[in-house]
Amino acid sequence: MNDLIPLILGMAAVTYGPRLIPFLLMSNREIPKRVDVFLKCIPAAAIGALIIPGVFSATPDMPMAAITGMAFTIIFGLWKGGIIIPVLGSVAVTYLVLLSAA
Amino acid sequence: MTRQVQDAFKAGIPIFIGYVPAAIAFGILSKGCGISLLECFLFSAVVFAGASQFIALNLLMTGMGPGGIILTTLLVNFRHFLMSAYLSTRIGKIAKRYIFMIAFGVTDEVFSVLSFKKGQLSKTFVFILQLSAYSAWVSGTVTGYILGGFLPEILSQSMGVALYALLLAIVLPEIKTSIKALVLTISSGLLNTILIKFDILPNGWTIIVCILIIALAGSFFIATEVQEENCE
Repeated sequence: MNDLIPLILGMAAVTYGPRLIPFLLMSNREIPKRVDVFLKCIPAAAIGALIIPGVFSATPDMPMAAITGMAFTIIFGLWKGGIIIPVLGSVAVTYLVLLSAA
Repeated sequence: MTRQVQDAFKAGIPIFIGYVPAAIAFGILSKGCGISLLECFLFSAVVFAGASQFIALNLLMTGMGPGGIILTTLLVNFRHFLMSAYLSTRIGKIAKRYIFMIAFGVTDEVFSVLSFKKGQLSKTFVFILQLSAYSAWVSGTVTGYILGGFLPEILSQSMGVALYALLLAIVLPEIKTSIKALVLTISSGLLNTILIKFDILPNGWTIIVCILIIALAGSFFIATEVQEENCE
């Protein structure tokens, strides 16, 4: 394997740039109403695309396992809320489903 | 002040718990790809970007050169440009030097937690949250590299679900109280599925396009509702 340090530094630069530039551009600036509403819609839109459809291939051998795990997260999350139990529970449920099928 | 610190740790623990298994998976894969422990550590410590690190490993294995991998990383991580743009409106006036640190830690999950926290974001809260994420990601990576061989395949696969569950658990309270959030989330996921099915965009671009289109559509269709919320 070649030296990976230049690759790592290059990846770091193109990751850090997009994360930093908006802060430098937008700080202390009045934002137009329309843009503000647009920015407020970003979180939910981002999370939707980050989860779907990626989650359906999270357990490639058996997609049903990941889906069952996520079903636990939805049910428990809507019922009791919180984050730790929905997250750990989904891993446990996924593991059990994979285990039972193995 | 102490209340703020407490809140931050409370918000940081779930991210820590979600990141460790994903980072362990990255450590395991890195070792499988034959890269050194130092390089594996540097990936997580210097780049600090979950999805693109996994993609980089894949591309390395296909024999792609550094130029192609760096370009792909740029495309995959460009969504953080939009996330930072949003966060910059939520963080009050703070010194420039803090901005440089906060920007480094804008990951999908940190962004998600921050974006659904009510009120203005203090730098203490942001720092503690990012530090929990960073420490989990780096320590998990090293742990995975060293101990990876001992974990059963089924367990490491199940741990890959943690990040999705984390994102879902973050957005659920919002969805529960606002139809708008539900519609935005679902329609963005559907659009992403369609874009990936048709395979017209390079790897990583679909998420950016989804955020742009759905947030733009959202800003036109539900502008009034958002304005009302702002007045509260």
